[in-house]
Order: sequence, then C-alpha cells, then structure tokens
Amino acid sequence: MTAPHQSLPLGSLALIALFVAAAAGAFAYTAGWFSPQRLTPGKLVDAFAPPTGVALGHRRNHAKGICFTGVFEANGAGSELSRAAVFARGQYPVLGRFNLGTADANAADATVRVRGLGLRITTPDGQEWRSATINAPVFPVSTPVTFYELLHASGSKDPNAVATFAAAHPEFAPFGDWAKNGTWTGSYAEEHYNSLNSFVFVDGSGAEHVVRWSLLPAAQPVAVSTDELAKRGPNFLEQEIAQRVAGAPQRWTMVVTVANPGDPTADPTKAWPTDRRSIEVGTLVAQQVQAEPDGPCRDINFDPTVLPSGMRTSDDPFPAARSAAYAKSYDLRTAEAKDYPRTTPGAKP
Amino acid sequence: MIGGHRRFTPLQRLLHWLMAACILAMLFIGVGMVSTVMPKYLTLVSIHKPLGIAILVLALIRLALRLRYGSPPLPADLPEPMKLAAQASHYAFYALMIAMPLIGWGMLSAAAYPVVLYGGWHLPAILPQSDSLHTLLWDAHFYLAFAFFALVLLHVAAALFHALVRRDGVFETMAPVLTYSEVPPAEQGRHAV
Repeated sequence: MTAPHQSLPLGSLALIALFVAAAAGAFAYTAGWFSPQRLTPGKLVDAFAPPTGVALGHRRNHAKGICFTGVFEANGAGSELSRAAVFARGQYPVLGRFNLGTADANAADATVRVRGLGLRITTPDGQEWRSATINAPVFPVSTPVTFYELLHASGSKDPNAVATFAAAHPEFAPFGDWAKNGTWTGSYAEEHYNSLNSFVFVDGSGAEHVVRWSLLPAAQPVAVSTDELAKRGPNFLEQEIAQRVAGAPQRWTMVVTVANPGDPTADPTKAWPTDRRSIEVGTLVAQQVQAEPDGPCRDINFDPTVLPSGMRTSDDPFPAARSAAYAKSYDLRTAEAKDYPRTTPGAKP
Repeated sequence: MIGGHRRFTPLQRLLHWLMAACILAMLFIGVGMVSTVMPKYLTLVSIHKPLGIAILVLALIRLALRLRYGSPPLPADLPEPMKLAAQASHYAFYALMIAMPLIGWGMLSAAAYPVVLYGGWHLPAILPQSDSLHTLLWDAHFYLAFAFFALVLLHVAAALFHALVRRDGVFETMAPVLTYSEVPPAEQGRHAV
C-alpha cells in the first residue's frame, strides 16, 4: 500500500489475524459458547417450564400470586445484628406478593404444596431489602446444579424420576418429609415463611453474623386436608386473603436466627439446631391486597440479593443462582407483557 | 480542533489506555455474568454497575478533551476509505462509551431495580418503570455490547495494521510510551517552543 516496493507483509497480517481471533475466542469462551454444560440462567429458567408450556408474561416460577401493601414495624432489636436502616425502630413501607410455587399461573390453589411471600421493604434513605421466602422449613437440595437435576426429574415423563432422584440425594429427605406430612392450611395468613438461605448481617461495629430468618404468623394455623381445600375452589387462597386483610390487617413476626460457628450456612437443606439465638426484629403488617394484574407487585422482581448496606450474601450458593434466574425470568416476562391478561383494557404496558 | 500535534496529549493517551482496560473488562464481565448462575454472578454484577458508571464519567471527560485538543492528523497518503473508516469508528466509540452505561442505567430504572454502586451508594432512577422500555433497553444493551466488542476488534486490528504493516506513525499517536523516532529531528525545533 504505502510501500509498493515491499512484498505483502504476510507475517504481520497473520499476527493481526491471530490476535483478533484469539480475542474473539476468549470472548466466546467467557460467554459460554464453548461450554454447553455450563448451567446458564436460561437453562435453569427453562427447566421450570410445565408440560403445558410456559405461562407467557408471568414469572417462570411462583407464577400465580396476589399483591399486597403494608408496613414493616421494626422494633429496633435487629440493629444488634445489622446496621441496615430497616432495623432501626420505625415503620417502613412494604410491597409484597403472596404466591404459589408453581410455573402454572392457573394452577388450582389446593394442588400446590409450596406457598411463598415476596417482600420489598424500602427505607427513607432509598435503600431496599427484597426477599422471597417460602413455607417449607428447608430447601429440597443443596446446590443449584442439583436443583436443576431435580427440576428435570420433576418434569420427566418417567413417573419414578423424582423417587429415583430422592434416593440418590439423601439431603432431599427433610423437604420430602415436609411435603408429604407437613400441615396444609387454608390461608396465606396462617403460613410460616422462611428465608431458607443464609445471609450475612453486618452490625455497626463491622462484626458479621450469619443468619436466616422467618416470618411467623399472628393468625393461628388451622390444619385443613387437601380434599377439603380442593372443595374451596381453584382460587380460594386469593379470595380468602383479600377478604381477611379487608377485615383486619394481618401480621407476622420477623424472627432472625443466628448461626453458631460450624453451622451449615451454605446448605439450605440443613436446618440449624433449634437452640440457636433468635431475635424478634419486628412485625410485617399486610394492610391492603391488590389483584396482580395492574397490581404494584406484578413488575417487581423479588430478587433476594437486593440488600441494603448492612446485609450481604453468605457462602450459600442459592441467592446468586436465584438472582440470575429471577433476572432472566423478569427479562422474558417483561418482553411478553402483551401476553399477560390485563384487567384494564388498554392499560399501559 | 487544534491541529498540528503529532500525538494525542498525555492526558488523552492516559484516558485511552485506562478506558481500554475498563471497557474490555466490562465487555467480558457482561458476557460472562449473564452466562452463569454461580456465586461469581453476583461478584460480576457488582463490578459491572459501578464500572459502567466510571466509564460514563471517563467518556464524558474524554469527549471534552477531544473537543478541546482534537486529534493528530491522519497521514496524507492514507486512502480515503480508511480515513473515513477511522473517523466513523471514533464517532461510534464515543457514542457507545456514553450510550451503553446510560442504556444500562435506564434498563435497571425501567425494571425498578435499585442502581446500587457500592454499599449504600445508589443512583436515582432515570426512567419510570415500564415493561416495554425495559425490553427495548435490554435488547439494545445486549446487541450493542456485541457491536462494541466487534468495534474493539476492528480498532485493534487497524491499530496493529498501522503499527506493523503501514508503519505510518498512526499507532504512535496513541502509544502509551514513545516507541521510536516520534519526532523527526527536523521538526524538533518547532515542538520545543
């Protein structure tokens, strides 16, 4: 070009090509294009798909739910464990969602074992604490990869797939026992919701405490058989909670449990011994219930890693996996907003 | 623009190489974080957000420097299509360096996520919550990231082409340190003023 008297500099051109190819290859490797076995958020989310197909526009799991608003009344005791503003004595606005652990947005309420509670608590400094808790006392599996295997077993056409999985994974037993023998109630207000995952609370002195927490209902749980629940109709939980909250605000006490050194903080299948220090940090009050279509919780991702300063994730691998999968689910469902059944025709997307 | 310089100013060169490292890290972190559910996902996301804002701030400073100090002229014998490509790529770089962080910030805002930079430090939402805006911005962020990486590759290939094949001094205008004979002896008097 500039030097026509020179022969074509093949060596230099080859070097440039090699450099560009190596950079592109490193990028593709990082993106996972050479690693088909990598568990991506997309694969994890797709594994939830029910045989009937995904409920477009809905969460890919915990697809059926109902919104509520209320407050968290902190009693100040939590400040001993975390400097997060949400534990300073006071009232903080809450946006929540009662939900069912199913990928089917039209599931009959009596058919779904896991009931959940999504929460977003906002403090005046603009920080948020989001969480998603469920009524099971422990999680079924110890790692995201085994969870993915469990989802495959659950979705398998082989009727023995889950039994085979359970036999191969003894850590599944406590959850399996709860699913089979645990109490069913007739109300979201009577459920006991658990974080299951551990998190690290950082107090004002910088000391760290590994914790799990639960929301204990003020309402007395009443055991009801699944046959009786089935008779109440496919949406009895939503109808019941709407009526109940309209009658009187519903309350839960938030109890934070602190791990002792050596407790299994990374494994949500393992309950901690019952003598661990527990602190009542405040009360969740559900004051108003709103249907999910056009309700304030619909477009909120209850990502449990959205934490205020004074809290962080622990060595438990699930919050990261949940965050990645929830984000994927959120990206998918917001892109499918036109498929979500609206109550208000022509409401803004 | 103030022409006549043979190299970019030291501050422009410093910013170029600092941002090159930031942007490459950013692109790899971005493409890596969306491919995994492992705990590194959170670590990568927690770097991606503040690094993106840092790139936005640096890009604005750099744009101001570019407007103030301009760029050294391209060699007179550079073919016209290559000159055009060089100029167009610079516009594309500035557009992406400024737009990508804003799109990311807007995307998080439209999804009602708090934009946490570090600890309790967070940025305000720059857009109202909206499914359609979130989807539009998410798509833009995703596809522009690949376009950005392609542009970086093209830029590196062109820089090496100037350095190794044409040896026309264009690479030296942005080289972090002097490589060889930056200033011909005949011109030293002019620069010494």
